[in-house]
Amino acid sequence: MAGVAASRGRVIPGFGLTMGFTLLYLGLVFLVPVGAFLLYTTTLSWETFWNAVTHRQVIASYKLSFGSSLIAATINLVFGALVAWVLVRYRFPGKKLVDALVDLPFALPTAVAGIALVTLYASTGWVGQYLDVFGIRVAYTQLGVIVALTYIGLPFVVRTVQPVLEDLDAEWEEASASLGAGRLTTLRRVILPALLPALLTGYALAFARALGEYGSVVFISGNLPFRTEITPLLIVARAEQYDYQGAAAIGTVMLVAAFLMLLVINGLQWWTSRRYG
Amino acid sequence: MSDKLAKRVGLSSVTVAQAHPRQGPAPLWRRATEEPAWVRVALIGTALTFLALFLMLPLAVVLYSAFERGLGVWYSAITEPDALAAIRLTLLVVAIVVPLNTLFGIAAAWAIAKFEFRGKPILISLIDMPFAISPVVVGLIFVILFGSQGWLGPWLSAYDLRIIFAVPGIVIVIAFGTLPFIARELIPLMQQQGKEEEEASLTLGASGWKTFWHVTLPNIKWGLIYGIILCNARAMGEFGAVAVVSGRIRGETNTMPLHIEVLYNEYMFTAAFAVSSLLTGLALVTIAIKSVVEWQEERRQKLAEA
Repeated sequence: MAGVAASRGRVIPGFGLTMGFTLLYLGLVFLVPVGAFLLYTTTLSWETFWNAVTHRQVIASYKLSFGSSLIAATINLVFGALVAWVLVRYRFPGKKLVDALVDLPFALPTAVAGIALVTLYASTGWVGQYLDVFGIRVAYTQLGVIVALTYIGLPFVVRTVQPVLEDLDAEWEEASASLGAGRLTTLRRVILPALLPALLTGYALAFARALGEYGSVVFISGNLPFRTEITPLLIVARAEQYDYQGAAAIGTVMLVAAFLMLLVINGLQWWTSRRYG
Repeated sequence: MSDKLAKRVGLSSVTVAQAHPRQGPAPLWRRATEEPAWVRVALIGTALTFLALFLMLPLAVVLYSAFERGLGVWYSAITEPDALAAIRLTLLVVAIVVPLNTLFGIAAAWAIAKFEFRGKPILISLIDMPFAISPVVVGLIFVILFGSQGWLGPWLSAYDLRIIFAVPGIVIVIAFGTLPFIARELIPLMQQQGKEEEEASLTLGASGWKTFWHVTLPNIKWGLIYGIILCNARAMGEFGAVAVVSGRIRGETNTMPLHIEVLYNEYMFTAAFAVSSLLTGLALVTIAIKSVVEWQEERRQKLAEA
């Protein structure tokens, strides 16, 4: 796939060496293991596979994982766009610090995020005790899963929208204003359409990340069967019981979902780059 | 000499104000495209409340809980033998994984940025892919390959080799999970910088290695540093994949995040947060370095535009 290089009087050396090492390493660490895994799943009988992926407990976990990921990504879409807007358009003290901290969920280990969130939202925690007054329970409910997935997806929408918003030409908004449009109309008819591909890319990235997330969720979710068990948790549970076939079957579903999301994201990025050149 | 180099030579006479006309007070006509003050305040307030709830509070609770019972308790929690074993194992794994992924990132970025070949978009997508795969699936892939009941299990046990529930398994799943980070940082950076400077150096008679050390490396230095530190932070913090392959043998196959989980499940909250505070410090250093890198890059671009 890579061998044929355009050979018009190349000056720069090292194509063979760097491409060779890249393919060798990618092959050994990533391609061969994933290929072997997919090959393994083809050895499962259709019945084994189907029973594993449609087990009642597993179906309940899909609903929780996909549903919570969608809700978390939607929260991130709204608030991520707002944060990006505020960071690009307004000035306020501590802006640089806030801007830098947006990346924290990306750099902080998921297990640390997990125990921090459950400590905050437990009924005795800093936030949980006030929510408890209103009868709202976050820890050990679906709300907790949504909170954790919102946390880890937070950087994605902000970081995809921010550069596009920075490059947005002021002329369009000026033209819109001089034609008599109010700020809201300009936002709806001029700014939002321009941001749409970036918003959707961020949304898809946050969703994809949430779907596979494990570490930050398992502490706050409490892992109650049929109620707060996410799909990745069931994969771990099956593997720990040496039910490799069951684990592999559910893992294949997750892997296919991840590849599909990647296709969607690549498509969106292609759309974005076509629009902004 | 290339345009870029020529521009750099001439840049010293250009002032920042000329390079950036946007700085300084906004011209009057901008006001038509601004929101009323109360809207601005409301939007900033909402955004900051959201960030306080989701970013600041988790950070604060980690640091508060770690030091709640004093420095002495914190210190003994991180110097207790199992914690030290976890720290040592984590550092060992990182010492193997990060250099390998650094070499991979540089090699991949060199091949992709400096040459044209068929299938380049496919290669870039492949490099991105490990990031999209759930960490527990990454762990599972290697358990099925190397586990005692996995494909190569019988062969491995015949030679008395252990990969799963042992250090090699931890190394390989972390290498898989953090494979894209340095490459993703370097590929766009080197693509944007082009190859004119390298070509200039090579036509002047410098060897390939010399060109890399003296021309390419200084250009990508900050991006590379950030890529390495991000890869390092993610490698030290990797949880889901390691949870599947490590077997959680105390003092032997527990990395720092797994040790945190064990402590938390045993209700040793202060100790769990004490070990967490180390990884949190690392995360803060990582985002601080990212800010420095972005600041350097901005300055470079301003100078290049001038």
